[in-house]
Amino acid sequence: MAAYLVRRIVQAVLILLGVSFITFFLLYVLPADPVRQIAGRSATAETVENIRRQLGLDQPFVVQYGRYLAGLAQGDLGRSYLQKTEVAELIASRLPATLQLMLAGIACELALGLGMGIAAALLRGRLADQALMMASFVTVSAPQFVVSLLLLYVFAVKLGWFPIGGYGTWRHLVLPAVTLGILGSGWYSRMMRSSMIDVLRADFIRTARAKGLTRSRVIFRHALPNAVLPIIAMIGIDIGIFMGGIVVVESVFGWPGIGQLAWQAIQRVDIPIIMGVTLVSACAIVLGNLLADVLAPFVDPRIRLR
Amino acid sequence: MTAMQDISGAVAAPDAPVLAVDGLCVSVRTENGLKPLVRDLSFTLRRGEMLAIAGESGSGKSITSLAIMGLLPPPAVRVTGGSVRLGATELTSLPESRMRALRGDRIAMIFQEPMTSLNPVLTVGAQLVEAIRAHEPVGRSEARARAVQALQAVRLSQPERRMTQYPHELSGGMRQRVMIAMALALRPEVLIADEPTTALDVTVQREVLDLLRDLQRDMGTAIILITHDMGVVAEMADRVIVMKDGAMVEEATTADLFARPAAQYTRDLLAAVPRMGAGAARAEVTGDTIASLRDVVVRFPLRGGLLGRVTQNVHAVEHVSFDIRRGETFALVGESGCGKSTIAKAIVGLVPHAGRIEVGGQALEGLDAAGQKALRRRVQMVFQDPMAALDPRMTVGALIAEPLVIHGVGTAAEQRARAADLMARVGLSADGLDRYPHEFSGGQRQRVCIARALALNPALIIADESVSALDVSVQARVLDLLRALQQEFGIAFLFISHDMAVVENISDRVAVMYLGQIVELGTRAQVFGNPQHSYTRRLIDAVPVPDPTHQRAASLRLAGEVPSPVHAIGHGPERVELVDIGGGHLVQKQV
Repeated sequence: MAAYLVRRIVQAVLILLGVSFITFFLLYVLPADPVRQIAGRSATAETVENIRRQLGLDQPFVVQYGRYLAGLAQGDLGRSYLQKTEVAELIASRLPATLQLMLAGIACELALGLGMGIAAALLRGRLADQALMMASFVTVSAPQFVVSLLLLYVFAVKLGWFPIGGYGTWRHLVLPAVTLGILGSGWYSRMMRSSMIDVLRADFIRTARAKGLTRSRVIFRHALPNAVLPIIAMIGIDIGIFMGGIVVVESVFGWPGIGQLAWQAIQRVDIPIIMGVTLVSACAIVLGNLLADVLAPFVDPRIRLR
Repeated sequence: MTAMQDISGAVAAPDAPVLAVDGLCVSVRTENGLKPLVRDLSFTLRRGEMLAIAGESGSGKSITSLAIMGLLPPPAVRVTGGSVRLGATELTSLPESRMRALRGDRIAMIFQEPMTSLNPVLTVGAQLVEAIRAHEPVGRSEARARAVQALQAVRLSQPERRMTQYPHELSGGMRQRVMIAMALALRPEVLIADEPTTALDVTVQREVLDLLRDLQRDMGTAIILITHDMGVVAEMADRVIVMKDGAMVEEATTADLFARPAAQYTRDLLAAVPRMGAGAARAEVTGDTIASLRDVVVRFPLRGGLLGRVTQNVHAVEHVSFDIRRGETFALVGESGCGKSTIAKAIVGLVPHAGRIEVGGQALEGLDAAGQKALRRRVQMVFQDPMAALDPRMTVGALIAEPLVIHGVGTAAEQRARAADLMARVGLSADGLDRYPHEFSGGQRQRVCIARALALNPALIIADESVSALDVSVQARVLDLLRALQQEFGIAFLFISHDMAVVENISDRVAVMYLGQIVELGTRAQVFGNPQHSYTRRLIDAVPVPDPTHQRAASLRLAGEVPSPVHAIGHGPERVELVDIGGGHLVQKQV
């Protein structure tokens, strides 16, 4: 187990290095010029060049990337071009809000997705099954901003049950978390349905029934733990897609998390912030996958980590 | 136990049936209306009796057992007529909640597949305790104590430890014992055992059959034994029902059925059963050597540690040497995991090996891609499961012609003509060329696989458990076909099987494998007529004999499991040395 963890952590560092290189390179070759954004339209060519020199953006790519890595090694994510603050501080101040939204969002996603999937599997072939699968198809194909705006309009503007945006109480959390939950639930419900149907056909379910167990015990004690096994691995993979949703949802609901920070930074080509947020997201994805893999043996005793 | 029966009212008279099935009909709903699976089946089961329901696949024997248990897969399959009475209780009209209370308590069931019949994520103990507590108002600790007793009753070693283990940590035989413990923990009146030993090795089958009989004697449970194996029927059952296509063909006591089978179908079935000692004497094959193995070793590395280095090896095959001659059938026998299939894979180059393998005088080692391709023209394989071995999206004609296409033999028209020719040769009509595998029966599919193997005129065909999945009547015909092809084309067969009776019927020479090594090798007459190694004797003795008058010698009950073939780097199993005890009969040297 210790050897396994060490190997996985080494892998994680390599992945993060790769992510940092690719992101840095893409931002370098991007036609947008961050210096123009800082200096403003009326700045003279001389001012622009001065700023460029100050930020070290006149250096070749290798030097720029080398400096960034050197800073990274000391925990320095650099300074925002426009906000003139440390990126690490900016992210640290916004990370709790994002984590809160993430956990609530994943909880909604799983509750909705698994619930719909189990119900559809148990009602297989009936009208309710078809309706649920239709619904899951809609949530999979609906664009993020449409769902966000729709919920916002109905539950905040028309019904006034929840605030239109902002951060602070649980009431602020509900709409963005439910939006994320709805967006992600479609995949989970489809996965869960087919996984559950497979498991319900398994020989050991027949054994459980032959023992004279109640239907609910057969479903929840025997079928469900086996059916969620493939889903656990999926949660780890899904975090990446989930982060994409967070950027949009935070912006729509004015949620002061790193997604919103990233959105603003992208519009202004604030490279240090984009880099910082990307690395933090990559960290979350790598950690999520690691967590899913480390948890797997606890759910499925046949899995051994090595 | 008596108290329970009194409450249930099951015991009216000492000889009253525990279970009475009367005019049972089970049907499946299809697009073309109801299709009967079981038709007008009636029988009774008395206390302490062992009743066998025998029949080939599709005969309705498993559906009957599920119907009795009320476990038919809803909503398509259901009971459409007749009655099933357990004691005084009519089961077919019983509401699910009351049926559930009976299941596992008064009527229990064990299934064919011990590997998949236990929940992989729950411990053995949890699954046993749950079965007990589902029916009896006992606390956790008392249920646990009873579960341990149940494991002791099925003679599992270390029952306390087994309680905390997961199913995947147990062997197939141990899992089937757990299933039996679970079924008998509450001392049911009726136990339905659906092919309980079919998936097990022959020596393990022997132990489980002995166990079932002993438990029945001790507990007086009435058992319905569902099986396709007439040997098991002969040894175990008091009475037999033979089923075919959902209906009863014959019912008789076991002695009568084997001595005087009344129905033609029963006679055919019994005639098709391979029997030990029935193999016709065959002239010794003295052709030149087609394949030769010398000191062949196959090991699979297991990685571990920080850098994922190889720390252990699975010693699948260890220093195996033998020759196969032209026109000969050379059989490899042994139980699962003994390395017989790995040898087959090594010969066709599917796993890396050490040592020397020659096919047709050509060494396998150091062959380039072209050389390997040429080699594959000379050696072909026929696998166990014909459905899995045939691409479901290709027509049978395309499947048979594919080896010709791969090796660029002939034009498209010639290939098709050859495929039609081969179809006729294996006893299939050539108008099946444009049909798909699912349109054929299991036996026909295996014929297609054989035709495909013949396409390139190979010198050697490796038949890896090729008839194991087939019903006996089909099996007999496929074996006849293999023999005829051998005579016509002089093909050598490497025949891999766990079924001693089949091997005894078809082989010229036999090698017995145990833990990756050959422990005995000789002609069929030598190995079966004069078995020298204790393991060979055990294998032969364990085979159920399809003759109820046969007296089996007091069984040598073996203790324990086969040792693990996994060894740390630098270690390995002790090498078996073979000595010739006369006439080329090689046996492990006794130390």
